[in-house]
Amino acid sequence: MKNQGKTLLQREGTKAVLASLISIVIGLAVGSILVLVVGLCSESISLAGIWDGIRLIFAGLFSSKVDGQIVWGFNPVNFGNMLFRATPLILTGLSVAVAFKTGLFNIGAPGQYLMGTMATLAIALGIPSAALPGPVIWLLAFLGGALAGALWGCIPGMVKAFLNINEVLACIMTNWIAANLVTWFFDATKVFQNTVENTKSDNIYKTIYGRTMVDGAWTYVEGNGVQTAKLGLDKIFPGSQVNAGILVAVVIGIGVYILMTKTTLGYQLKACGANRHAAHYAGINDKRNIVLSMAIAGALSGAGAALYWLAGNTEFAWQTYQSLPAAGFNGIPVALLAANHPIGVIFTGCFMSMLSIVGLQLTNLTAYNEYITDVIISVIVYLSAFSLLIKMLLSARKKDKPAATAPDSPREDEPAEQASAEKGGEQA
Amino acid sequence: MTFLIQQTLLYAVPLMIVALAGVFAERSGIINLALEGIMIFGAFVGVLFVNVMQGVSFFSDAYAAKNWLALQGLELLAMLVTAVMGAVFSLLLSFASVNLKADQTIGGTALNLMAPALVLFFIRIIANQNSLGMADGSDAASWFMLKKSTFGIDRKTDLGFLGETFINKVYLATYVCIILYVILSVLLYKTKFGLRLRSCGENPQAADSLGINVYKMRYAGTTISGALAGMGGFVYALTTANCTSTGDVAGFGFLALAVMIFGNWKPLNIAGAALLFGLFKCIAASYTSIDINGDGVCMLATMPISSHVYRMLPYVITLVVLAFTSQKSRAPKAEGVPYDKGQR
Repeated sequence: MKNQGKTLLQREGTKAVLASLISIVIGLAVGSILVLVVGLCSESISLAGIWDGIRLIFAGLFSSKVDGQIVWGFNPVNFGNMLFRATPLILTGLSVAVAFKTGLFNIGAPGQYLMGTMATLAIALGIPSAALPGPVIWLLAFLGGALAGALWGCIPGMVKAFLNINEVLACIMTNWIAANLVTWFFDATKVFQNTVENTKSDNIYKTIYGRTMVDGAWTYVEGNGVQTAKLGLDKIFPGSQVNAGILVAVVIGIGVYILMTKTTLGYQLKACGANRHAAHYAGINDKRNIVLSMAIAGALSGAGAALYWLAGNTEFAWQTYQSLPAAGFNGIPVALLAANHPIGVIFTGCFMSMLSIVGLQLTNLTAYNEYITDVIISVIVYLSAFSLLIKMLLSARKKDKPAATAPDSPREDEPAEQASAEKGGEQA
Repeated sequence: MTFLIQQTLLYAVPLMIVALAGVFAERSGIINLALEGIMIFGAFVGVLFVNVMQGVSFFSDAYAAKNWLALQGLELLAMLVTAVMGAVFSLLLSFASVNLKADQTIGGTALNLMAPALVLFFIRIIANQNSLGMADGSDAASWFMLKKSTFGIDRKTDLGFLGETFINKVYLATYVCIILYVILSVLLYKTKFGLRLRSCGENPQAADSLGINVYKMRYAGTTISGALAGMGGFVYALTTANCTSTGDVAGFGFLALAVMIFGNWKPLNIAGAALLFGLFKCIAASYTSIDINGDGVCMLATMPISSHVYRMLPYVITLVVLAFTSQKSRAPKAEGVPYDKGQR
């Protein structure tokens, strides 16, 4: 309805996409300037090296290394790995976005991600291979990961709803508790630590290892089928880590979009985000919705972790009590860049993982390192804080005209408009 | 006991000073989520500054000649430099949230992402590895740590409990921070400037109507906040992180935020909260070697409790204590709301 009679350029969605694109371009430009400045200051980096660095920032996805030289063109390994790395990012991004829509800042995604990791690995490795077929174990592990994340997400939600504890604070505390809990679990259980491959006891088995009875003792043997199906994607992107997890992530993203825009629950969640007290007054159970929102957010983060580890080709380093997983924190920029739109998150998740591929290529091919892409991400997030302002200015200017004829109407719109901007762009 | 108090102070002081940084920002109406980022930045700047200065012949001669006055001067100078750089870095946040009225949470998150990225980028370029130390060798602490020998006292002399605790094996930075903490708390509560600053965090419209420049006050609040957080980052790197910068402060900035909320935005409560948190942090880090009653038996180590439980304890305790106290907690009313002159 609200888009009627507007050209494509005037639509809210178009404006949001444009604002994000402008942020991305400026972010990449800042990254290039940094490359240029550092290159000019450093004696070991030649002009050709600077030019390579700048080109890699913009088109690193299309580069590959042949005999130590940069060769440009389609690189299936890069593309496949981008999709593989995007999988957890999309889900943690969705997690942050759902919480944002309910007016909560879910900085607890790393903790939920860790709890999801723990449950997934424990289920996938704990069930004997002979007991159930591989795909069933996979499904159980996936659901277990999501459930663990949901329960962990409930904690900040509940203390926020019932005890009035700031959710940012509760999330930070639960993050570190989760980091210690996961380390404790894998330290105490011991059976999941990789002892088959020497020198890898700091890691947990890949999920392709199955619990098998050999000569009356439980051991781990490779090849129980607990890994995400490739569905032919490995044929399209040979040599990469890609699997069907990305499709699951996209489906979940669409599901969240439907949940948030087409269902009563989604409407209630957004109402609580816009104004908790007004929602309460309108008969919406605000406390229940806050808990529910954090539970959904947690489930999404946990599912992200499950999809990442169930790929079966990555090992989890279990001594994690001193650091939190980056995949959790990176959900925040993914959600912010997409202005908390679930479908947008799918694309920004891919974009962020593309940047991480660019970072790898920079490290491999030039004298620069991957952290420059983190700088680019931070600049983009910084600018996305303004993009709300830019959109607000555009909307405000249009209101000037009716203001002349009906002086009361814009004044009524204004607080709502500003409230939405303050909450992190619910309407965007 | 001596060990326990010293270690607790080492953890508590950076937390305390950074939590106060949060108070200055939030009392002026700006949510400074970027404390972590500013700390990381400050730690890097401080370590780099000391690293460079150690190459300057004046200071390396002073070290060789055991001229402690010059070395402590260097420490103070480094604190000053990190404070200035932290303030400059925080201008990014003030500009976004005061002038552009951007979302403060997003701005703070952006700085939190930016600081480690920039720091690690430069560390890799400078040192070709992921950490940068103050000195080449492992004796970086010996440059700044105050010991008995520093004051010309023989190593074997017993100074009594107070002397052993507060003079031997301590850092000047700890005491400077405590003094600064007291001065700034007085500034915030007992002066005209402090009252004006706090009024901008409660009701900026009323403050403005009385002729207070809200924008200026918010800039002042965030800038002081940035300076304190930057300095806190350096103190953290110096006293608890082995004088190195790794683009990470182990979540201390976020913990400081927690301590601030825990302390109900009041300096005295925050000091108490920081000490409590520091105590548990210290127990977690070194429970195997804490000898509480001095009978030579490390009681906590003999108990059948996993080390992971001790590590979890500070966070669990915070949550539990908050569960009992948070109903009364009251954040500054106008925090996080961009001030708009035209708004009612």
